[in-house]
Amino acid sequence: MKIVVCVKYVPDATAERTFSPDNTVDRVGVDGVLSELDEYAVEEALKIREAADDDTEVVIMTVGPDEARAAILKSLQMGADAGVHVKDEAIHGSDAIATSLILAAAIQKQNADLVLCGMASTDGSMSVVPAMLAERLSLPQVTFASEVTVEGTTVRVRRDGDAATETIEATAPLLLSVTDQSNEPRYPSFKGIMAAKKKPVEELTIADLGLEASQVGADAAWTRVAGFEARPPRSAGTVVTDEGGTGAAQLVEFLAGQKFI
Amino acid sequence: MTEVLVLVDHVDGSVRKTTAELLTLARRLGAPSAVFIGSEIDGARDALKQYGAEKVYVLDSSDLTDYLVVPKAEALAQLVEAKQPAAVLIPSNAEGKEIAGRLAIKTDSGLITDAVDLQAGDTGPITTQSVFAGSFTVTAHVIQGTPIITVKPNAVTPEAVDGAAVEEVFEATVSDAAKTAKVTERKPREATGRPELTEAAIVVSGGRGTGGNFAPVEDFADSLGAAVGASRAAVDSGWYPHSYQVGQTGKTVSPQLYIATGISGAIQHRAGMQTSKTIVAVNKDEEAPIFELVDFGVVGDLHAVLPKATEAVKARKA
Repeated sequence: MKIVVCVKYVPDATAERTFSPDNTVDRVGVDGVLSELDEYAVEEALKIREAADDDTEVVIMTVGPDEARAAILKSLQMGADAGVHVKDEAIHGSDAIATSLILAAAIQKQNADLVLCGMASTDGSMSVVPAMLAERLSLPQVTFASEVTVEGTTVRVRRDGDAATETIEATAPLLLSVTDQSNEPRYPSFKGIMAAKKKPVEELTIADLGLEASQVGADAAWTRVAGFEARPPRSAGTVVTDEGGTGAAQLVEFLAGQKFI
Repeated sequence: MTEVLVLVDHVDGSVRKTTAELLTLARRLGAPSAVFIGSEIDGARDALKQYGAEKVYVLDSSDLTDYLVVPKAEALAQLVEAKQPAAVLIPSNAEGKEIAGRLAIKTDSGLITDAVDLQAGDTGPITTQSVFAGSFTVTAHVIQGTPIITVKPNAVTPEAVDGAAVEEVFEATVSDAAKTAKVTERKPREATGRPELTEAAIVVSGGRGTGGNFAPVEDFADSLGAAVGASRAAVDSGWYPHSYQVGQTGKTVSPQLYIATGISGAIQHRAGMQTSKTIVAVNKDEEAPIFELVDFGVVGDLHAVLPKATEAVKARKA
């Protein structure tokens, strides 16, 4: 079995995230990491490999600038087997539509039984690339899985929705996305960190994928960001100390003053 | 006036508040046409009319609801093709965003997710989004195809306006390729009697400081008619179900009033609540970062403060 895990290199959520002058997310001036939510997808792939009877290979795939290699490396340190890094000047500024086009072309070269994704990136948080990939690759879509069971080629998952919990079933090859409830991602071991240095990472360009530069990047985006604005900092509020049990009364007084009661 | 399609969010025909919000926003762009997928239109008709739906397209087939996401995206693509709407508005939840993503590709259209506001512009709708844990607002618009926009709950106060609500049955064709991920079981969420977390006007959340006892949080929430939320620390400790988690990896809420109790206010949590209108915190630690955000804060033990506050609220309401 072959599993391709799509991961994203994102600005660290605990850093001061910002935009570049061209209205794209600043991915170079801000410390980046493997998107936390993608760690669950890597972990799920490793778990499936460990439970499989056959030789299962886990390939990590990312689209992004040079720095994005760090997201592949972290995944290899966790235990994945190989990486594919699609990087090309032309990609800068791509929207989700173009990103899914690039990923789909790269995945098509892999002949994967299972394509795994996280539930969302921690920067754009759109949550649409997995569905778009399934659409482009004509794969069954089994997404937002909080619990995954694999029996042969049958994949069964629990999907927790706002109004109901659903059980979804489909047959591989398919696309699966997992939530942060699906597992507990492992930390890279020392052995894993050393081993990762020797694992192969293939670098591909847009041309290698049979795509034209005009199909990707900011000029090909079907949406346009008109502008961005830092939200004004919240003005300091009133903080009281609950001395002698007066805190509750002051709290309720505040709520009443704001017409919440 | 051109049509604007609104995908109706409902539970067994009971229309959710987000649908009223989307219909209200759709009126800024054109004539709202509600798209109802399911067999329970009888329960939804009045609400759709009440919030200004001029047309109601009814798509009733088990093919649309027995499989995950894909048939609904196919049906909407057919409807877009047939009606050529000015825009398609879809609720920003997991399913809605997935339908929107597929619809964008099927119709060669630009997609904007998680809009918190929407205005008519010269070349189509202009959206406002709140990004990077609410630290920036971004304005954007679609430049190709039919603008497909998913809208977050509480983006607007629903305005009741009587619509014609002319019903039309739309027969969508669902391909075999769309019927590959079957929903084999569907268990409705147990009703708590409280408002839905993302829709609520008031949310009271508990974190590590509850020590696992959510009773004071729930009681205070009930006195205010609020929804209950939880921090990741509380969920990871198994104290409260994940579906109530507020934060980066949980729900994003933007209520009129957010009350964080026993929550330190790490970036992970702030990402889910920073855009709330009024923020209140109760925490033992006066150094907790949550106090940087608050309009009003109490440094104190929630187990002492909340029960007294609950009694005081009840007394005022009595």
